[in-house]
Amino acid sequence: MSNNVATRRSWLWFLWTPLNAVQRAWAGVAGVVVFLVCLQVLPLTGAVDPKHTPPLSEVISALVSRLATPQFWEALLNTLTTWGIGLGISVAIGVVAGLLIGGIPVVREFTASTIEFLRPIPSVAFIPLAVLLYGTGRDATLLLIIYAAVWQMLIQVSYGAQDVDPVARDTARSYRFPKGFTLINVVVPTVLPYAVTGFRLSASVALILAITGELIIGTPGLGKLIVIAQESGAVASMYALVLVTGFLGLAVNVIVRMMERRVLHWHASVRREGMK
Amino acid sequence: MSATELVRTARMKRDSGIGKQVRKVLAVVALPIVLIVTWWFSSAGSQNFFFPPLEQIVTAFQPTWFTGAIETEVLPSVWRLLGGYLVAGVIGIGLGALLGSSPVLRAFTEPALEFLRAIPPTVMIPILILFLGIGAEMRVVVIAIGALWPILLNTIEGVRAIDEVLRDTARVYRLTPMMRFSTLILRGASPQIVTGARQGLSVAIILMVISEMFAAQDGIGFTIIRFQKSYAMPEMWSGILLLGVLGIVLSLIFKLFESISLKWYFGLRQSQRGGN
Amino acid sequence: MTISDSVSVQSPDVLLQVRGLRKTYEVRNDPIEAIRRLTFDIHAGDLVCIVGPSGAGKTTLLRSLAGLLTPSGGSAKLDGEEIVEPPKGMAVVFQEYARSLFPWLTIAQNVALPLKAQGVDRATRAEKTAKALEAVGLADVAKRYPWQLSGGMQQRVALARAVAYEPRILLMDEPFAAVDAQTRADLEDLVRNLWHRLGLTVLFVTHDIDESIYLGQRVLVLSNRPTEILDDIAINLPDERDQLTTRNEPEFARLRAEVYERVQQAKAGRRPGDAA
Ligand SMILES: Nc1ncnc2c1ncn2[C@@H]1O[C@H](COP(=O)(O)OP(=O)(O)O)[C@@H](O)[C@H]1O
Ligand SMILES: [Mg+2]
Repeated sequence: MSNNVATRRSWLWFLWTPLNAVQRAWAGVAGVVVFLVCLQVLPLTGAVDPKHTPPLSEVISALVSRLATPQFWEALLNTLTTWGIGLGISVAIGVVAGLLIGGIPVVREFTASTIEFLRPIPSVAFIPLAVLLYGTGRDATLLLIIYAAVWQMLIQVSYGAQDVDPVARDTARSYRFPKGFTLINVVVPTVLPYAVTGFRLSASVALILAITGELIIGTPGLGKLIVIAQESGAVASMYALVLVTGFLGLAVNVIVRMMERRVLHWHASVRREGMK
Repeated sequence: MSATELVRTARMKRDSGIGKQVRKVLAVVALPIVLIVTWWFSSAGSQNFFFPPLEQIVTAFQPTWFTGAIETEVLPSVWRLLGGYLVAGVIGIGLGALLGSSPVLRAFTEPALEFLRAIPPTVMIPILILFLGIGAEMRVVVIAIGALWPILLNTIEGVRAIDEVLRDTARVYRLTPMMRFSTLILRGASPQIVTGARQGLSVAIILMVISEMFAAQDGIGFTIIRFQKSYAMPEMWSGILLLGVLGIVLSLIFKLFESISLKWYFGLRQSQRGGN
Repeated sequence: MTISDSVSVQSPDVLLQVRGLRKTYEVRNDPIEAIRRLTFDIHAGDLVCIVGPSGAGKTTLLRSLAGLLTPSGGSAKLDGEEIVEPPKGMAVVFQEYARSLFPWLTIAQNVALPLKAQGVDRATRAEKTAKALEAVGLADVAKRYPWQLSGGMQQRVALARAVAYEPRILLMDEPFAAVDAQTRADLEDLVRNLWHRLGLTVLFVTHDIDESIYLGQRVLVLSNRPTEILDDIAINLPDERDQLTTRNEPEFARLRAEVYERVQQAKAGRRPGDAA
């Protein structure tokens, strides 16, 4: 790539030079270090009010003392459980509905408008209803998660099911393959890449709404701890918990992406086998 | 007339223009009508306090919202939403164009951005309250921050994906920096920018509602929670409906904008698919 | 024939002067020497063809001359000025012509874009665009988009854009390699025709021997990678060329045999200076 750039006579030329993998990694490390140093130094110099933003060292010590409490781990577990259940239900509904909608043209034709209407309704609109029905319990938050996370899965799976090669499907039918065989050999390989994309999107939406539900409704979990820290004026602690939610989000992203890569890799090799 | 002729004319009728048109309209309206009618009759005379008859909800709609609440609660919320969203769009696209063009800056900021984006946007609300209180600024800023990440990250991807040959063409014909930005970068990345903007819009709506539910004395989210707390069920339901309608209207406006700005892209894809 | 690298006195009508041009791609651990040493002159008003086997470094040469690539050594001067970035008054038709058209601009807008960058006023722009499209026979598709046209038509748009720019020198990189034979013949005549009418200087790169002879006044034969000039052949065919008669002339056959032999030698790895 570096070969493709003619010399530019500009003092900013280095911004446009391509980097190799090693340079990229170092630049990223440098970026993180600068970011952390800013978080530490800006409050100390008074550039931001230290009452509102304690220096990083204080946040970290608050985090460490949090990590020593059982309440923290309980909250983390609660958040993960709510997220997991919500995601599981969303995925199940999304896959079944997506296959029906994508696989059967008539169903697709007659549900398209309804989906177009229901999908943009913000799930948080249902918060008051959820509170009345389930109080501060987990179910209230699950309602929000499911309404938000189902769509991603459903839409992706239905795209996938639409994409199933009609020739392959007809072949399977004319050779009278058993239904299960058709499903595994014709439908699954086509739908899978779409489904993993849907799963990735659903997973991060579900996490956002899990923590949001805890924040607003008071369902036990990290979000609720943040509210408690805020109400008791434990600013450093609040920042520490926000950082934790960030790491949680990052972990979910990374793990799901790794899964995605693995599934798609398997998928690619299966496809190649199939073509021989 | 023989039986086969009958079948043939029936088939012709079905395939004829008018038949198709009727079927299309039917496909769009049938299920929504069935759902609404079902809701109407199954809830009629409902004794369940939480699920008042749809008739009551509809009757409550007019006095609840069209006697001043639209102007004092709803429209200010919508303006804040659009304001925050606009700020996110300008910063996200501007910064995204810069980071997408500069490998050095991108490598430098990528890990930090990856982390920041993973923080569920709603947990920023308690932090921003420290700085900005619970007024309009806080809510606009929350919306802007939340909508920023999808727009920014998608713009970066879009700018990176711009065709190398097109970049060379722009250089050879010595397009001015302004033209390079508007004609090459902005339009070239527009499919991804629109994707990011769509995700950003739904995040923005969530944040508009949540920020008002969490801490505010006015706005649509606050109003709905007030109805919930005072057990004004039909009014609360009318608020949920209103939020739904708002979501749908915004998404329709977005779709219109999308179909205009990406007309070339859909055409291009169509021609590529047809060509193969 | 050889031109000493040290020659720097420039005869008055030399437009493009290439001296000892080298290019080695710095791929990690494995530098690829694409161009070893190229020295030649192009006079104003010439139509010169460069022919060489696939992978010889023709595109590399053209990109260096266009200022899109920094040579590893030697120099290229346009009108006595070192080329370090895309120079004024140079137009390029890329090998990947379809990818060089902006899919979000209409045909007319594509053609007018470089003029707009030069600050040509709207009326003049429209006039020059219309004239250029007229010249390539595409006046009737001015309002269409590139993806609505066939490959040959897209190629003509790229040509029209270059012509409307009124360049002093036009570089073309295997422009007709991907179009069908009939279209190709038409396009070849179009290039000769435009060259005649507009008094352009054209550097035309191709791997097709017949094409190079049919088009050129002069053919430079390149060796295999790492590239040097094997031969510089003057084409003494009448100026009025015709697909049928010209290609059947004995002189054409003789030239073809000569160039063919050179290219065969190039493929076999002959270097300049080797005994013939
Ligand atoms: N960006 C690049 N990086 C590394 N090697 C390249 C690059 N571009 C071209 N090459 C190599 O340089 C040689 C010449 O390529 P090119 O100029 O495209 O040849 P041609 O246009 O004559 O077919 C080829 O061996 C090719 O593999
Ligand atoms: Mg080439």
